Amino acid sequence: MNQKQEEIVRVEEVSFFYEDFPAVKDVNLSIYRGDFLAIIGPNGSGKTTLLKIIVGLLKPQKGRVYLFGQALEEFSDWHKVGYIQQKATHFDPIFPISVEEVIACSLRSSQKVGRRAKDQSKEKIEKILKLVGLEKEIKKPITKLSGGQQQRVLIARALATEPEILLLDEPTTGVDYMTQESFYDLLGQLNQEHQLTIVLVTHDYGIVNKHVNKVACLNQKLIYHGEHSEFCQSAVVQELLSGGHHLVSHRH
Amino acid sequence: MIEAIFSSGFFQRAILAGSFLALACGLLGVFLVLRKDAMISHGLSHVAFAGVALGLVLNFLPVVISLIICVIGSLFILKLKEQAKLHGDTAIGILSSSGMALGILLASLKRNFGVELITYLFGDILAITPAEVWLSIGLALLVVVSIIIHYHQLVFMTFDRESALVSGVKVRKLDKLLIILTSITVVLGIRIVGLLLVSALTVIPAASALQLSRNFKSTLILSSLFSLLSILSGIFLAYVFNLPASATIVFLSVFIFLVSLGLRRAG
Repeated sequence: MNQKQEEIVRVEEVSFFYEDFPAVKDVNLSIYRGDFLAIIGPNGSGKTTLLKIIVGLLKPQKGRVYLFGQALEEFSDWHKVGYIQQKATHFDPIFPISVEEVIACSLRSSQKVGRRAKDQSKEKIEKILKLVGLEKEIKKPITKLSGGQQQRVLIARALATEPEILLLDEPTTGVDYMTQESFYDLLGQLNQEHQLTIVLVTHDYGIVNKHVNKVACLNQKLIYHGEHSEFCQSAVVQELLSGGHHLVSHRH
Repeated sequence: MIEAIFSSGFFQRAILAGSFLALACGLLGVFLVLRKDAMISHGLSHVAFAGVALGLVLNFLPVVISLIICVIGSLFILKLKEQAKLHGDTAIGILSSSGMALGILLASLKRNFGVELITYLFGDILAITPAEVWLSIGLALLVVVSIIIHYHQLVFMTFDRESALVSGVKVRKLDKLLIILTSITVVLGIRIVGLLLVSALTVIPAASALQLSRNFKSTLILSSLFSLLSILSGIFLAYVFNLPASATIVFLSVFIFLVSLGLRRAG
C-alpha cells in the first residue's frame, strides 16, 4: 500500500448535539498519513466539536470514529496522538512550572519510573526543544515566555511522545501575525521533513493555505473535503463568501 | 529544660506524627491549591466531624470511623460534581453542612463526651497515643508514596487536564485518588490541629511556596518545608509557652505566608 494512502483517522456518519442544537451532522471524513489538513468554517460551524470527537473528548450521539484502524473506544495507543487545544496558552498565571517540566510530565506520564527513563527523557526534551528553537529556555517558567514561545513549548510537548498525528485547535489565537507565520512554518516543516500528519482547526485560512494540502470545510455538515489546490476554485468558497462569512482575518 | 522537653515521650510522639503529617500536607496541598480545590479539605473536615461523633457514640475508634466516613463523603462530592452539574464549591457546601449537621445530631444523642469532642475540634497533639503515631506514619507514607508514584500524571492533569485526558492519563481515577488522599490527610490532621483548623495545613504552606517558586518541584519542596517548619516550631512553642498547639501552628504558617508574600514583592 502506498504510504500516503494509509488511513489514520476515519469519521463515519458522526453527529453531535448540544442539548437539541446540532453542532456536527452526518460527517464522514478520512485523514491519511502525511496529510496537512485544515478544517475551516464560520464561527459555530462545529470545527472544535469535530476535533474533540476525534480525540475522544466528546462522545458523538451518532456515528463512529476510528484511529489507526481501531474503534476509538478500543484505542489505547494515545502516544501516537498529539493534541493542542484551543486557548492552550491561557495558563493559570500562578502555575509554577518550567518548560522542562511541561514536557517531562507528558513524556513521563506514559513511561516507567526509573533512573534510565529519567536520563532518556532529559536527552529527549533537550533534542525536542532544539527542534522548536527553545533549548535556551529549558529552565524558564512557561508563564514568563512570550505567546509564540509558549506555543512552541506546547508543540514540543505534543511531539515528545513521538506522535504520528498532531491535532491543533486554533493554536495561534491572540498571537501577532509574524509569530503566527513562523509557527505555521514550523508545522509545515514537521509535516514535510518528519512526515507528521497534521490536522489544524482554523478560522483564518489565509495564513495556513501555503502549507496545507487538504481542506475540510464544515458548517455543521461537511460541505467540502478535498485537495487544497481545488478548494479555492470550488463553488463552496464562493458560496461562503457570498454568505458574508470570512475565511481570512483582516490584518492591520 | 530543652533537653527535658525533647526526652519526654509525648513530645517525641507529637514531633514524629507532626513531621509525617507536614510532609503529606505540604505535597498534597500544592495539587489542591493549583486545582482550585483548596476548600475541599475544609469541607471534608466537616464530614469527618460526623465520623468522629459516630465513633464517640459507638465508643469505637473515632479516628478510624471518621476516616471511613470521610472517604465515602469525598467520593460523594466527586459524584455530585460530575453528575449533578454542580460546581465543586457547591458540592463541597452540600456535603460539609450535611456532615456537620449529622455530627451535631449524633453529639446530642450522648451528652457526656463534650470534652473529648473538643479535643477533636481543636486538636491535642500532645495527647497523641503511640498507636495513633503509627497510624499517622503509615497513612502519611501512603499519601507521600502515592504522590511520588503518580507524580508526572498528577502534574500533567493539574496543569492541562484536557491534554492529559487525550494523552491517555487516567484523569478520573486520579481525581478519586487525590480526593481519597485528601480525606486521609484531613483525618490525620484532626488529632494535631483539630477539625476546625486542619484545612490550614493543606492550604497555607502551598500558598506560601507559590509566592517564591519558579518550578513545580521547588514548589513541592518549599511547601513541605514550610509545613514542617510551622508544625514543628508550633509544637515546640506551644509546649514551652503552654499555648494551644493548633492555633500556634496555624499562626506560624500564616506568618510564613506573609514573609513569602513580602519576599516576592521585594524580589
